[in-house]
Amino acid sequence: MAGTASAGAICVAGCSCRSSSRWEFLSDAQAETLAALADQIIPEDDFPSASQAGVIVYIDRQLMGPYRRHRDAYQAGFESADRISREFCGVALAQAPPPIRQEVTSALAEQRSDFFELAREHIMEGYYGSPRHGGNRDAVSWRMLGLEEPPLRGRAKYDLSKGAGS
Amino acid sequence: MNRANAVIVGAGAAGGIVAKELSTAGLSVVLFERGPWYTPADCRKDDLRNQRTTVLGNAFGPEDRGFPRVVVDAGGVARIVRPSDNAYQNNAACVGVGTLSYGAQAWRYMPQDFRMKSVYGTPPGSSLEDWPIGYEDLEPFYDQAEYEIGISGDYAPDPFHGPRRRGLPMPPLPPNREWEILEPAARRLGLHPFAIPMLRNSVPYNDRGPCMRCRWCVGFACEVDAKNGSQNTVIPQALATGNCRLRTRCTAMEILMDESGHACGVEYIDENGRRERQLSDIVVVSACAIESARLLLNSKSRLFPNGLGNRYDQVGRHLQGHYYTGALGYFDRDTYDDIGPGASIAVCDYNHGTPGLCGGGMLANEFIRLPIHMIDRLPPGTPRWGHGHKQAMREWHRRTIIVMGPTQQIPTAEARVTLDPAVKDKWGAPVARIQGNCHPHTFEIGTVQAQRAQTWLQEAGAIHTTLMNSRPQMISAGQHQAGTCRMGTDPRNSVVNQSCQLHDVDNVFVIDGSVHVSNGGFNPALTIMAIAYYASGALLRGWKGARYRS
Repeated sequence: MAGTASAGAICVAGCSCRSSSRWEFLSDAQAETLAALADQIIPEDDFPSASQAGVIVYIDRQLMGPYRRHRDAYQAGFESADRISREFCGVALAQAPPPIRQEVTSALAEQRSDFFELAREHIMEGYYGSPRHGGNRDAVSWRMLGLEEPPLRGRAKYDLSKGAGS
Repeated sequence: MNRANAVIVGAGAAGGIVAKELSTAGLSVVLFERGPWYTPADCRKDDLRNQRTTVLGNAFGPEDRGFPRVVVDAGGVARIVRPSDNAYQNNAACVGVGTLSYGAQAWRYMPQDFRMKSVYGTPPGSSLEDWPIGYEDLEPFYDQAEYEIGISGDYAPDPFHGPRRRGLPMPPLPPNREWEILEPAARRLGLHPFAIPMLRNSVPYNDRGPCMRCRWCVGFACEVDAKNGSQNTVIPQALATGNCRLRTRCTAMEILMDESGHACGVEYIDENGRRERQLSDIVVVSACAIESARLLLNSKSRLFPNGLGNRYDQVGRHLQGHYYTGALGYFDRDTYDDIGPGASIAVCDYNHGTPGLCGGGMLANEFIRLPIHMIDRLPPGTPRWGHGHKQAMREWHRRTIIVMGPTQQIPTAEARVTLDPAVKDKWGAPVARIQGNCHPHTFEIGTVQAQRAQTWLQEAGAIHTTLMNSRPQMISAGQHQAGTCRMGTDPRNSVVNQSCQLHDVDNVFVIDGSVHVSNGGFNPALTIMAIAYYASGALLRGWKGARYRS
């Protein structure tokens, strides 16, 4: 019953709060749930976490575009994550303490649920992909990997009169 | 232009060359391309939306809406796929087609690749055959493509290539770090490594500058226009003759036939969505293997109720691409130097001559892996998420090398393109239905190739290696698609003759990878170009003068 209740709550939040949400598709509550999950997939260390790097912006934006077709999967996934979280500690994922968030993520991962695989893929894309789509803010993941941004290689050497590498 | 001498469908590697050859000879030409004309300013360098990584869509078409295909898996289950799905087997929809965004490897097939049946026999259940033409027939046209389109490289260290009249017009790019690691290792193994020939300027050529060695190559348009495709060479030349008109965003729907059994033009959808007709004396189909077959099959008439050229149910059969296998090596030192295109060194020691195997393929190092490509390429046992995954990304992104290659597929008649009985595109025409797989012997060859790649990486100092030889459940054609309108002498088991002319209709030509009898153990672009020059020559020799000139 808790699951049904939370599903209803999320739906209401998703419908009624849309206009006041700072997101394009997600409700504030859904964005918090996604951030809780995303920051387990890519946690903060010396470099930003997924949500700190704009991954929620990335996914939210794509859900209005190419990932429109995954909306139902996300809705169902948020419900499922919150259900597991409530089983573990009585509150939704976004309100759960970090150790519980990790356990919930492990549970989702062990199920190899379609939602977990989808969300993992999208979170990684947002973090390691091109900054233009809202994630990888300031190319932070590329800098983390030691890649120049903006890339200087080639440009600095580029000289029509000499040929490459000369 | 009411009536043209020739209509060409598809402005890719082949269509662009045919347009240039015919318009230069004085024929009036209309070149149809379903996509737009992109420029270097459209490069974008978008890791998530290009022609190879398509998670946010194809950069260079087709768009996802309105152009589905149907694929049938090994269990016989059919599903509808979008152009950005891997299973779609997409190439591109734009002027230049694949040549705008390819990695630009520029391989000649080897003499044996044209005589596969003679060299190896035909494995039971396969449709392996000899081509009706040989390497020596194409050699002058390989040379023409190498010089007119522009290729850098150096064949001198490779003893396995066919006879050549001269070297390449441009030297190879200077070596990158992967070359420096792999080259001595290959020598120690007794192999013959050399620079991958590429349709890429290493020095200024054709009034354009050299490669700037950036990170974003295969799958992307070139920011500095240093990759050579039909869009920046032969198509501008064709337009400069004044005899060629390029119609972008125009999609050919059907080849029109007159009552005497000759083609008289094409019906097409123009850039405004209107159904129009372009009459012509000749029709050249250069739409890539899957769409060329579909256009013929969709061209039904009283004389050809099952599709043009399809009297013996041959159109669409023998679909092939390549079976890519290899190995991923992890090193205890940096292998990454951020110098593009990354792919630099190859060996052709394993294309032919292994007892018990029908051929093989070229092995080369892979193009630069962008961060997005490393997510699931970390060492076995790496956590798939969390601190461990993030740490592993930092640890390994700069310390891998991939060696792999296009294993020559052993074709089957059952790997094929047909028309789907139910699904239509946005214009109402039945879409391509793709089914079947290559012959299972292909997977044996591919696994041996993967092991050879692994050995090379181990010799180069890899501390750990993983094989990349998973077996696809259906034909893997994609950007290397070929074979659907087989060239041959017998109309009962081929679609076009050795001049790329339909057996059944003397003024319709199929000039692209469709005519490949087998697809070599190499990237096919240069062979498609050579065939385009070769077939254009044959076409012009048979041209008896225009019935109409605009």
